[in-house]
Amino acid sequence: MSEISNKWIGTSTIRPDGADKVTGKAAYAADTNMPGMIWGKVLRSPHPHAIIRSIDTSKAEALPGVKAVVTAKDIVDFSVHTPVPLGIQDMRWMCRNVMAREKALFHGHPVAAVAATSGAIAEEACKLIEVDYEVLPWAIEIDDAIADDAPILHDFIEFEGKPSNIAGTLEHTLGDIDAGFDEADVIVERSFDTKPVHQGYIEPHACLVNVTPDDKMTVWSSSQGQFMVRAMTAFLTGIPQSDIRAIPAEIGGGFGGKTIIYLEPVAAMLSKKSGRPVKMVMSREEVMRATGPTSGAKSMVKIGAKKDGTIVAAQAVHYLQAGAFPGAPIRGACGCCFAPYDIPNVHSFGYDVVSNRSKVAAYRAPGSPIGAYAVESVLDEVAEEIGIDPLELRLKNAAKQGTKAAHGPVYPVMGYAETVKAALAHEHYKAPLGKFQGRGVASGYWFNAGGESSAQVNITEDGNVVVTTGHPDIGGSRASIANITAELLGIDYRRVSVLIGDTATIGYSNLTGGSRVLFASAMVVTQSTEQVIERLRGLAAKIWGIEAEAVTWSDGAARPAGENAGKFEPLTLKELAARSNETGGPIGAGVQLNTAGAEGGFATHVCDVEVDVDLGIVRVIRYTSFQDVGKAVHPAYVEGQMQGGAVQGIGWALNEEYIYNKDGKVDNPGFLDYRMPVCSDVPMLDNVIIEVPNPKHPQGVRGVGEVPLVPPLAAIRNAVYNALGIRFYSLPMSPPKVLEKLDATKMAAE
Amino acid sequence: MTDIQYVAPSTLDEAVGAYAAAKGAARILAGGTDLLVQMRAGMVKPGLIVDIKKVAELSAIEKTPEGGFRIGAAVSGAVLEEHPTFGKVWPGVLEGLNLIGSTQVQGRASAGGNLCNGSPAADSIPGLVAAGAIATVQGPNGRRNIPVEQVPTGPGKTSLAPGEILVSFTLPPRPAHSSDAYLRMIPRTEMDIAVVGCAVSLTMDGDTCTAARVSLGAVAPTVLLVEDAAKALVLTKLDDASLDKAAAACSAACNPIDDKRGTIAYRTKVAGVLLKRTTAIAAERAKGG
Ligand SMILES: Cc1cc2nc3c(=O)[nH]c(=O)nc-3n(C[C@H](O)[C@H](O)[C@H](O)COP(=O)(O)OP(=O)(O)OC[C@H]3O[C@@H](n4cnc5c(N)ncnc54)[C@H](O)[C@@H]3O)c2cc1C
Repeated sequence: MSEISNKWIGTSTIRPDGADKVTGKAAYAADTNMPGMIWGKVLRSPHPHAIIRSIDTSKAEALPGVKAVVTAKDIVDFSVHTPVPLGIQDMRWMCRNVMAREKALFHGHPVAAVAATSGAIAEEACKLIEVDYEVLPWAIEIDDAIADDAPILHDFIEFEGKPSNIAGTLEHTLGDIDAGFDEADVIVERSFDTKPVHQGYIEPHACLVNVTPDDKMTVWSSSQGQFMVRAMTAFLTGIPQSDIRAIPAEIGGGFGGKTIIYLEPVAAMLSKKSGRPVKMVMSREEVMRATGPTSGAKSMVKIGAKKDGTIVAAQAVHYLQAGAFPGAPIRGACGCCFAPYDIPNVHSFGYDVVSNRSKVAAYRAPGSPIGAYAVESVLDEVAEEIGIDPLELRLKNAAKQGTKAAHGPVYPVMGYAETVKAALAHEHYKAPLGKFQGRGVASGYWFNAGGESSAQVNITEDGNVVVTTGHPDIGGSRASIANITAELLGIDYRRVSVLIGDTATIGYSNLTGGSRVLFASAMVVTQSTEQVIERLRGLAAKIWGIEAEAVTWSDGAARPAGENAGKFEPLTLKELAARSNETGGPIGAGVQLNTAGAEGGFATHVCDVEVDVDLGIVRVIRYTSFQDVGKAVHPAYVEGQMQGGAVQGIGWALNEEYIYNKDGKVDNPGFLDYRMPVCSDVPMLDNVIIEVPNPKHPQGVRGVGEVPLVPPLAAIRNAVYNALGIRFYSLPMSPPKVLEKLDATKMAAE
Repeated sequence: MTDIQYVAPSTLDEAVGAYAAAKGAARILAGGTDLLVQMRAGMVKPGLIVDIKKVAELSAIEKTPEGGFRIGAAVSGAVLEEHPTFGKVWPGVLEGLNLIGSTQVQGRASAGGNLCNGSPAADSIPGLVAAGAIATVQGPNGRRNIPVEQVPTGPGKTSLAPGEILVSFTLPPRPAHSSDAYLRMIPRTEMDIAVVGCAVSLTMDGDTCTAARVSLGAVAPTVLLVEDAAKALVLTKLDDASLDKAAAACSAACNPIDDKRGTIAYRTKVAGVLLKRTTAIAAERAKGG
């Protein structure tokens, strides 16, 4: 084994892709061009719900410059009755989401696509496509979708014996919930709602696809997984995976929203039909109408506790919007919402509700922020009723090693209580507050994931290192991998070049998602590097004529293990690489694993707000995140994840929402009116990194990317209560809503 | 799919000539921060673009013989910001113009474009209305002068006749102890569109307000001059009762819509709140100046 000096692990090295990004040289999905390339555009449904009786594309095809038109007929059909799962997606729904088949299910649902010699011609041709729609009544909100007389999206979906928009349920049970509530001195039961929010990645979906006459396909696109792109495109076009090469571009943000595809199979069929490379780039409006978001939800939460603060029973019911097709993240809402706590009696139930809005996609800790918003808000009220500090309440009930969680696992070593203790001890928690200022706290949990990853570590002839992994780098994973490789080899991290392979150049690697990339790729990179080191020791042994066991590797060189091994000058990586052809040939190793042991991540956030009580504006004025990250391999990127989650939570809590007009159409499909926070909306966000190493990981890593979005909604909501004495049960807490409640409270007092 | 012609004449006559000759197929380009965005979104498809930035008069900032200012319609916010005295005399006009967008946008965006785009939420217009600015326009039939508040006639609409170009804004000379201010309510802190905007221009004599003009944005189909609010302030010491009266006048003047950007109730209430806050800033500045 190599000796760990921790010279690089734990340092914020300069990211390898940084210079390209700040100079505008980095190539994103829309930056690739090919000779003969043409442009694809999508015709989208103008109705939120309609039967497609027929589509006549003849006029579009006749327009000069048009090279191909596709409709659902050109996409592989999957029967609605047989599940074809791929990760969290199902090809039954995917084939209908990329191109409406029997019905258009939301305003903006693709119904046809055209490729032409210019984007303008393709757009003109889309207008010439005649679609005969039978417009149906629609349901957008949960209450409308689950009403008795609701318009049914999919007549083959049944719930309790009749056609329904409830497409599935999930239940977690622990102990005896009724007996638990019987023991409680205090019971608080509340209902909440949250709105769907978009991931808000800066880079719209885009791709360039070329299909050759012998059906060999190359796809350039930006996604959270080139292997996901390959697999889904293969399913939806019928071209085998071995004939598809998916090349990952730099990605301009994903946050979960790019774990799914929209354009690639459509562009592939346009390319196959036209014989030309086809490029497709969504507009922001298309992104807002037809991609993402995460679910809006309704939650009912009931928590019972004893006078001393011991929680004895906890119950939750979550209804989550899935959009047009089944698949709302109820697992995240039901599984994570009580996960930070050791509660003997738990019942958590979720409904997956379809309605006439765009199909939801993953968004950082899918479902968990929704569940935590309701539970952490109720906990605040429980603490108040009992008269205990809200952090003390959480600490008293904190899950720890050995706690059995309602969603299944018995926890191993974990650092939830440490996050609460750190928050309690932090100066922020005691800082004085001014008029109309308030402080709130909340905690959160995310499962984290392991899964398949591949890596190849090669030593160049000049003694440097090239590492290839299979995961698009969203959060700085290349820099972290360089740190780990440099650490293990005992060399400067600048001698390690980390690349992301395409589907033809690196082995199968699952999505960049589930906070899994560093966890999993560090494992395969560590094992590959260890094999390389073993090889290097063998080469030195050969040169010195001693046993490999008598050679150690430290500080970038092979050295005799001790006095008895003999007296030899160290052989550096450079020297060994230079002599590799006389000692046995190329030096490199690849490892592929289905990784396991990704333990959950916990965070606790402390938030201060100030309310402009005449305008109803809530501003976050101070924010500190406390998170157990296992080991921060690259602290600046860990902090980036923590801050990024907090900012997205601030947007979700205060302003972001889809506004539908009376025609069932999104009225704010752009960043002007879909109000994500801008820089000046947030204070400098402080972070406290807590490291309780994951014992199942070589560097102690836990996933860090998702849990930062779990606590903010409730932390902000609880802070607003502390500032105003008014409890909000609905997000976003936008100025008109806040002012209305302030005025109503004033009126009631007068 | 149609080709777009582009001209950038150096005289106003050429600009008016080209613009009028195209008969509605042409668009004037000042900073382009509305026009280019609208073209990209497919909302407008001009056959001819007449760029007016090369016309000297439209890019000039001058003192008038009477001691006021004349600002060319195409002057950007960033250029006006650099003028040595304008911002001291009209800080409210300047802050309205430079609330627009971001630093990059301010390098291009003009008050003329802001006015001619016709948005009821245009941020620089309440300040110009409160200032009593006069717009000079020139068309095939010559020049005319109109108060700024008479230019917009509804969302996206102006009283400019076909072929007419906005040339400049003339702001009157300023008595001593006068100043102005502009505030807008936006849910974010920048890069947003006003839910309500309010400009107040005041002249003070000690603690007494001797002259006032009040203008509101985003609460009606056009930017409003609210004379009742001004009346409530003049010859008062800007005491609470007068401010309440002026705020009520502002709320009463509102004729907003319920839309994605704000409710009627919210906008109406906020108009009054902003009146008070804006007046306080303008008065403070006037006393200091
Ligand atoms: C990112 C961003 C943020 C923005 N934020 C704001 C904001 O906060 N507040 C706000 O009010 N606006 C905002 N805007 C809108 C825009 O920047 C302003 O309306 C700006 O003042 C327009 O000026 P311009 O010189 O760029 O106009 P242009 O785009 O050149 O012109 C606007 C319109 O007026 C016409 N026009 C221009 N000049 C003349 C003239 N002299 N005679 C006749 N017609 C003319 C044009 O033909 C066009 O129809 C924003 C825009 C962007 C892109």
